[in-house]
Amino acid sequence: MFRRIWIIFSSRNKEFYRDRSGLGWNLLFPFFIIIGFSLIFNQDDRAEYKVGIIGQENKIRNEIAIQYNNFRKSRYIEFIQMENMETGIKKLGHHRIDLLIDPVQGKYWKSSSSPKSYLAEKLFQAGGTINQNESFIAGAINGREIPYVEWLFPGILGMNIMFSALFGVGYTVVRDRKNGILKRLSVTPLKPFEFLTAHILSRMFVLIITTAAVYAGCEMIYGFENRGSYLSLLLVFSLGGFSMIALSLIVASRSSSEEFAGGLLNLLSWPMMLLSEVWFSLEGARPWVRTFAKIFPLTHLTDGARQIMNDGATLYDIRSNLLVLAAMSIFFLATGSLFFRWRKPD
Amino acid sequence: MTAILEVKDLKKTFPGVTAVNGVSFSIEPGICFGLLGPNGAGKTTSIEIIEGILKPDSGTVLYRNEKRGRRFKEEVGIQFQNTELPQYLTVFETVKAFRTLYSRKADLDWIIEVCSLNEILDRDNRKISGGQKQRLLLAIALTNDPELIILDEPTTGLDPQARRHLWDIVTGIKDSGRTLILTTHYMEEAEILCDIVAIMDYGKIIDQDSPGNLLARHGEGATIIIRTENPQQVMEAISCRIFKIDDTLEIHTDSLNECIKSLAQAGADLSNMTVRTPNLEDVFLKLTGHTLRS
Repeated sequence: MFRRIWIIFSSRNKEFYRDRSGLGWNLLFPFFIIIGFSLIFNQDDRAEYKVGIIGQENKIRNEIAIQYNNFRKSRYIEFIQMENMETGIKKLGHHRIDLLIDPVQGKYWKSSSSPKSYLAEKLFQAGGTINQNESFIAGAINGREIPYVEWLFPGILGMNIMFSALFGVGYTVVRDRKNGILKRLSVTPLKPFEFLTAHILSRMFVLIITTAAVYAGCEMIYGFENRGSYLSLLLVFSLGGFSMIALSLIVASRSSSEEFAGGLLNLLSWPMMLLSEVWFSLEGARPWVRTFAKIFPLTHLTDGARQIMNDGATLYDIRSNLLVLAAMSIFFLATGSLFFRWRKPD
Repeated sequence: MTAILEVKDLKKTFPGVTAVNGVSFSIEPGICFGLLGPNGAGKTTSIEIIEGILKPDSGTVLYRNEKRGRRFKEEVGIQFQNTELPQYLTVFETVKAFRTLYSRKADLDWIIEVCSLNEILDRDNRKISGGQKQRLLLAIALTNDPELIILDEPTTGLDPQARRHLWDIVTGIKDSGRTLILTTHYMEEAEILCDIVAIMDYGKIIDQDSPGNLLARHGEGATIIIRTENPQQVMEAISCRIFKIDDTLEIHTDSLNECIKSLAQAGADLSNMTVRTPNLEDVFLKLTGHTLRS
């Protein structure tokens, strides 16, 4: 049995590392995402709002100059000189800018359909109240803030694991069923259990190696700090990866159509990517959305990994994530094995 | 002698078509048994039932007098009609990987030698020719040192040279005392390789025997092939079974002398005439009323 598992395991691994394009994509994709996002979000003067200005600012009337100048000093707002009013109105209407101000006439225009325009207006209006006698006292948060990229990193790794697990196993098994390789294997003494175990182990091996390589590379470039234990991180990534490989086996259990399997895998991966807090937090989202997101293994993987990396959580702290991932793994694996067929039906 | 494989009354229907309709035969050890028939005759369906790929609607398959089980998988080598090979593996790695799946193992050097794989051992599976692929698939079927080897149309799609090369290999395997089941729609292949031929059509075995006996029983007479400028005139003059292809006539006759005399009287140019003794194609034609290629 172990001999047969080993030979399928090693054949799959050879297939993986000899497929240069696939290997490159698995390793480079998360790097590109991290580098891209770090460039976007690490710029200190990145503008949140864009405000168009019409006419000459120095001709502003004194009565309205205080409000305008206070607003003008605000950080994270980019002020753009417009050629004329017509251009400014057009850009506002197309959401290219969030607010349009004519300092000489003392008028401004907003887009009533844009939330950013609404907020830009509020900031502009607040400029007139800065010098009032009574106001709230500003405070600062204590301790180290987590840079966005450091918050994003576990999610990107989780997403990479998800794609590798779902498509690397599910798609491959369906392709091999379609082109007859599984049919050929079915007439050998190889058992479905041995075949599936070899595929799971091979993908786990690939996942751990590629995730470790991406982690090491990003840590060297960005100096990420893992506040928890590396072993805990390995466990949560491994368990999360395992559960998603097992999930892909359900998709791959019977189909011999790559198009159908591809559609199903996309149907699984896209909601996970959007709702498992890979890119943004679901804090403040509707309660049903947050509850719904918990059905995805990626949610628990990302949450567990973030708690370890960002907050130094222990395995005990993330026990609920681990338990859910373990339960999902068992359920997916049992279902996938139960439904598995070597061949398409007669 | 106890049959190595016994097939009893196999039936298999697919929606709208009866693919196998009461097929029975038994195979003695050490022979090459051929299933000969046109595409759609039910050869591959019968073979896939024997291999355990398809479940029959009814009927039984016994391997060494027992139902097929683990022993069948260990002792039988199979080559499917169409199988892709694992990508990114070399020929050697592929043979070695399949060999590892079995408890019984053929000698690796023997497999490589008998299937002429020496020159392509390090080549990627994706970069081998059709003939080389068929040889590799045959090598995979031999990795478990099989007692019984099932080859489903092993030479379909190969050029004549590659086909003859594969015939030599199969003859070598046969000479080593192994039992073979072969499906084919090439009568020449069946005549050269098979000790017993079962002729199949529309899901049934019409007759089965050695090629010699089949020819003796059904292949009396001869076939005259003649090119003539007046085919219609010739066809009217003689009373034999005639097939017309353009300006060529294929005449099947039991009395060769009489037929040639009639042709001469009809004014046919006998210098364009070829006389052929019967082959399995003629037997098939006689038994089914249509050709293997139709």
